[in-house]
Amino acid sequence: MAEFLQFAFSGLTVGAIYALVALGFALIYNASHVINFAQGEFVTIGGMATVALMTGGGLPLLLAIPAAVMITALVGLALEKFAVEPAIGRPGGASVVTIIIITIGASIFIRGVVQVTLGKDFHRLPAFSGEAPIDILGARLQPQSLWVLGVTLLVVAALWWFFGRTRFGKAMLATSHNRLAAQLVGIDTRLVLLASFGLSAALGGLAGILTAPITLTKYDIGIMLGLKGFAAAILGGLGSGPGAIVGGIALGLAEALAAGYISSAYKDAVAFIIILVVLFVRPSGLLGGRSTERV
Amino acid sequence: MTMLLSISGLTSHYGRIQALAGIDLTVAEGELLALVGANGAGKTTLLRTISGVQPATGGSVRYADRDITRSAPSDRVRLGIAQVPEGRQVFGPLAVEDNLMLGGYTRPKAERAAEMEKVYALFPVLAQRRREPAGTLSGGQQQMLAIGRALMAKPRLLLLDEPSMGLAPLLVEEIFRAIVALKKAGTTIFLVEQNARAALAIADRGYVLETGRIVLHDTGAALLENDKVREAYLGV
Repeated sequence: MAEFLQFAFSGLTVGAIYALVALGFALIYNASHVINFAQGEFVTIGGMATVALMTGGGLPLLLAIPAAVMITALVGLALEKFAVEPAIGRPGGASVVTIIIITIGASIFIRGVVQVTLGKDFHRLPAFSGEAPIDILGARLQPQSLWVLGVTLLVVAALWWFFGRTRFGKAMLATSHNRLAAQLVGIDTRLVLLASFGLSAALGGLAGILTAPITLTKYDIGIMLGLKGFAAAILGGLGSGPGAIVGGIALGLAEALAAGYISSAYKDAVAFIIILVVLFVRPSGLLGGRSTERV
Repeated sequence: MTMLLSISGLTSHYGRIQALAGIDLTVAEGELLALVGANGAGKTTLLRTISGVQPATGGSVRYADRDITRSAPSDRVRLGIAQVPEGRQVFGPLAVEDNLMLGGYTRPKAERAAEMEKVYALFPVLAQRRREPAGTLSGGQQQMLAIGRALMAKPRLLLLDEPSMGLAPLLVEEIFRAIVALKKAGTTIFLVEQNARAALAIADRGYVLETGRIVLHDTGAALLENDKVREAYLGV
């Protein structure tokens, strides 16, 4: 029991991080049908910028975190404004595949810039509130895990409110359901795309900051986290918000249990086996593609 | 009569394929104009170019004395051009009420509730199903919702693309009655239809579009009597 709980805690924690990354994929996918392969780099920037602001800038953790989230969001906005929008805006417009390739290029570029400016070493953030583990039924829970889960819950609640209650949130939702109709009712779909990149980047950055005290951070940490987040998004159903959360948690738990009961050598393989199985058996994912259209 | 919309020499392309080959057309304030033509003539492209979701490659679109040829679609909605697109295009997973709210996206919040009551008065069935996802409505109800959504923008010029498509005759009558009522209430209407007989019967004037060109232009009644129109579009 204690052993299972231990695996479950670690699975939930890591799953919450995957869920945040997967939500980022969903946001941009909904606005443009593009898979943003720079999503993992947003995770890198969040963690690395916090480290740089604390060690280089001398900021306390409490200030460094919001500043780093902001920096990541700005990078996301810049990526859309200077790389994606010019491609879409040119006569004829770029195809989805072209934009995906642009995001791959951007991810390599961002990784390079982080490596050159902040180095290739591992960095560590202090846990937000001490490192003394809490004992629950014989399993040990790190306080940082509570931060990860708590902040993820808050983010989910905030997103739920934003998409369910606010005018612009509904406009973003409408654009994801029907871009043409959204334009025809006067929604500025370019602004929606810009906002989705900013929001995705902020979510990725936040994930990178939350996980840095547990997994450490490095210029290329985003590659694996990005792929795992992508696997979570596919598992839950690409473009579905609830799907991203369910997919993230499920993937995190599957990984932790596989690592615990089988072998930690197979931990990373779990995500990729899940992608393959989902694509073969149920390509729309757990919660995706349930449409209610009638013709 | 003052012209609300005047289009001259308008061209539009899909890649290298020309869809509009120099359209000249005017819509007067308060009139009901019908545009008829076969599949692929460019009717939908013309409406989309007027709304700005399909780029014009040449010519000009003037609306209420200003050049809007290059304006963003959202700006045109703010100026009072709303479109009911072909195939209805409702936001399927969103509630009927949310669809209408989004139709009033460019209007101040205070106005939206009052506009919504007007839409519900025009199409009472929408009020009954206000909380249900739009995708669960029947085809006719979705068409009413699409019209209601466009009306939420308080349009001065309402563009309707094939509102009768795929509907049973009784529903077509209901939709056309609503269109006539809107015209009487002062909205300028640009109606695109394959159902030429029904459209020309209620139109003040009509244009006939063939392969991206206007080939005929007359009053609605005269076009209904025109031999070419009767042969090609009315099946007489």
